[in-house]
Amino acid sequence: MTGNEGAAEAIDLLNVGLLSILFIVAIAMARLRSLFAIVMLSGIYSLVSATWFVALDAVDVAFTEASVGAGISTALFLAAMVLTSRTAKPEKGATKIIPLLVVVVTGAVLVYATIDLPGFGDPSSPANTHVGIEYLARTKAEIGIPNVVTAVLASYRGFDTLGEVGVVFAAGLAVTLLLGFGERALGSSLSQGAGPAGQGSESSSEGGEVADD
Amino acid sequence: MIGAAALALVVAIVLMLVRALSGPTLYDRVLAVNSIGTKIVLLLGVLGFLTGRPDFLDISLLYALINFVATIAVLKFFRYRSFQVPLLRRSRGRKS
Repeated sequence: MTGNEGAAEAIDLLNVGLLSILFIVAIAMARLRSLFAIVMLSGIYSLVSATWFVALDAVDVAFTEASVGAGISTALFLAAMVLTSRTAKPEKGATKIIPLLVVVVTGAVLVYATIDLPGFGDPSSPANTHVGIEYLARTKAEIGIPNVVTAVLASYRGFDTLGEVGVVFAAGLAVTLLLGFGERALGSSLSQGAGPAGQGSESSSEGGEVADD
Repeated sequence: MIGAAALALVVAIVLMLVRALSGPTLYDRVLAVNSIGTKIVLLLGVLGFLTGRPDFLDISLLYALINFVATIAVLKFFRYRSFQVPLLRRSRGRKS
């Protein structure tokens, strides 16, 4: 990245450290039973992996990972957790072995696939020889912003991004309808006496918890 | 020297991770997540200077904002079980 050898070594060590943290967090998430701890650990996982993306120069991906992974999905997991129990049931027997087998096989296939990939930043890789050069050469004149990835996403592939926004909006709407951030959540937490009669016993007990200060 | 600072920050993240993994109460874990977010903001700033591009400071500013909002959201959710409640309590008059 830079001419400084010490900096390059430090970045390598940093990558190893961040990946080790990700590994530890992933193992802990698979082994813990408390759902709240798992939600918090998934927030940590998103933050650390976003940092790792920045270290790999994928700044846009890191932005998305930090805002969606650490911000929104933590909130969505918490909202979903209120509707279920607080701890996961312990699995046993085949339900423990089969997912491990699937993960190991998928990981082995992915590692096998990386053998054929060109090296990191290889100037003769397909991404750097065909159309990528065109984008790099013309972005400055046609779009006028320094980040080529942003120019490609927001301008050259603008309609594609517009479609993605539609998809994300529909997904967010569906999740909001399922979890009920609106009147249902408001009714169960604030107006415990005057709420609709269809509320379960759990929500009314939560209403009592809120009311005690 | 900056590299040593980055590695020290990674060690600090690992220490916070121990607290997040073994935290007996819920608030230990929330505090650990918030503190890891702070360390990550610092790490992004250090990383920008390490690679010779201090533009990363913008990203670390954004991360600081996300971290703050996420912590407030989690704590608010555990207090009120909902995101729809205003932080300033104005429901007292309604109840009586």
